[in-house]
Amino acid sequence: MNNTQIVDESPVTLFGPIAIPGKQEPVSKTAQTCTDPEVLREKPVLEIEHFDLWYGTTQALFDVTMPIPSGKVTALIGPSGCGKSTLIRSVNRLNDLIDGVRYAGDMRLNGDTIYSPRVDVIELRKRMGMVFQKSNPFPMSIYENVIYSLRIDGENRKNVLDETVERCLKSAALWDEAKDRLDESALELSGGQQQRLCIARAIAADPEVLLMDEPCSALDPIATAKVEELIFSLRGEYTVLIVTHNMQQAARVSDFTAFMYLGRLLEYGPTKTLFVNPSLKQTEDYMTGRFG
Amino acid sequence: MMTLRGLREFCIEKAIFLCGVAAVVFVLLIFTFLMREGFSLFFKIPMTELLAGTHWYPISDPPRFGILPLILGSLVVTVGATVLAVPVGVASALYIAEVAPAGIRDVMKAGIEMLAAIPSVVIGFIGMVTLVPFVKRLFGLPTGLTALSGSIMLGFMAMPTIVSIAEDAIAAVPTEYKQGALALGATRWQMLYRVVLHAASPGILAAVMLGIGRVIGETMAVMMITGNAAVIPESFLAPVRTMTATIAAEMGETVKGSLHYQALFAIGIVLFSITFVVNLVADIFLHKIKR
Repeated sequence: MNNTQIVDESPVTLFGPIAIPGKQEPVSKTAQTCTDPEVLREKPVLEIEHFDLWYGTTQALFDVTMPIPSGKVTALIGPSGCGKSTLIRSVNRLNDLIDGVRYAGDMRLNGDTIYSPRVDVIELRKRMGMVFQKSNPFPMSIYENVIYSLRIDGENRKNVLDETVERCLKSAALWDEAKDRLDESALELSGGQQQRLCIARAIAADPEVLLMDEPCSALDPIATAKVEELIFSLRGEYTVLIVTHNMQQAARVSDFTAFMYLGRLLEYGPTKTLFVNPSLKQTEDYMTGRFG
Repeated sequence: MMTLRGLREFCIEKAIFLCGVAAVVFVLLIFTFLMREGFSLFFKIPMTELLAGTHWYPISDPPRFGILPLILGSLVVTVGATVLAVPVGVASALYIAEVAPAGIRDVMKAGIEMLAAIPSVVIGFIGMVTLVPFVKRLFGLPTGLTALSGSIMLGFMAMPTIVSIAEDAIAAVPTEYKQGALALGATRWQMLYRVVLHAASPGILAAVMLGIGRVIGETMAVMMITGNAAVIPESFLAPVRTMTATIAAEMGETVKGSLHYQALFAIGIVLFSITFVVNLVADIFLHKIKR
């Protein structure tokens, strides 16, 4: 878990030399070669820096450097097995649970290092929210699901909890459907409602970044549309990093899109640029459905 | 006209059907038999005297058939064993399913299955020569053959049932729940306590109920180490006699069809009713949770 500073070797890039106003640290080579300057102009919440990951002896991520802009929705796209899920699960260190995982490089959340033996992983995870591919409300009431993160911190004041439930369910566009049945089991909600409940639960602790791992892949089109609408409405207030295999979805919800292929970040820029005018042939081929 | 093939199909189908209903038929037969042998006692001795009578003197003159001491004996031993075995059993299941590294997990599972394989008479014997003198010395009692000794040994016997079924239930909790809790910043213990145990609770409850069923029906070990005094137990440190031990100990000495014989069957009916209710309650509760 090194924190190596990369010395700027003033490389020649696709976009020419980059001047980043106010940015003190030299930008890495990879970031410059594949990242659009518009991304670098944004204030990052999360900075992924030269991140490598191995499952045993198989390397799954190669030198990924990627700043995630604050208050924006950033989509990770790429064919199956390209490492996008691995990357998002590395952000809150869920990959720690898998035996034989090794890393190199670092990530920083608002300047605080994520990969260091001194980091309190529990505290770190409290600063992030995560929504999974398969909706996973806990087998308890809707109310208790939303306030789970408060409960584990020992919050028991009724007014605080009530207020959080209302605020988060409203933010997750679930309040109208759920307000009269808060004490019912969350498992009685429909699939789409369950996923929105998981989003409500994830934002209850005011996360600095919201991680979404293919949140719509198990939903029908109508439920998907609602969740997408919700993700779209979260921008500004929350920073969202979303993995999706659905390119239309990336186009609809995100401000920035990153294209990954075989464990490498190939192209990263404003969603419009990436979709309309990709700079790499591989990106274009994937976008137009020629592979993937 | 039935073809040969049709006939074969017919026979196989009926044979499977018979095997399928056999279990139900056996339960009904046992129940009928119990009722036939023991039910007439309820007409000869008033229900209140039988169930609330505090004296079990089946061979005195006149005999007295109050089974309350026996019911309480069973109850005390069962409650004691449950209180001891459930927390330890569930914690052990949690350890095996969620915490233990793979190597230790296999060793522990094998060990627990071995515990289930020990015959109850051996458990009773070991209890008799080790636990009973220990309890006697520890509490300074006139005898170590007490409800406490019985509870401890029965707790050991209920453990394998509780551990293996609870472990299955805990291991079946979807990974999504665990990851969801961890991603929200739960510690491992918070995840286990608030999400995993919660999600596995129907299975754990079933494990506990089956453990209780095992304890309440156990005969040999309790007969050897609880002292078999048919008096209302005053504490855990007093000797007790359970319903099962009474039936086992006295059945050989009765005359078929006598009042004593019928009284033992009446105890059997009471025991059957209790286990039936325990199972029913567990079932109702399980369905409630599932919904």
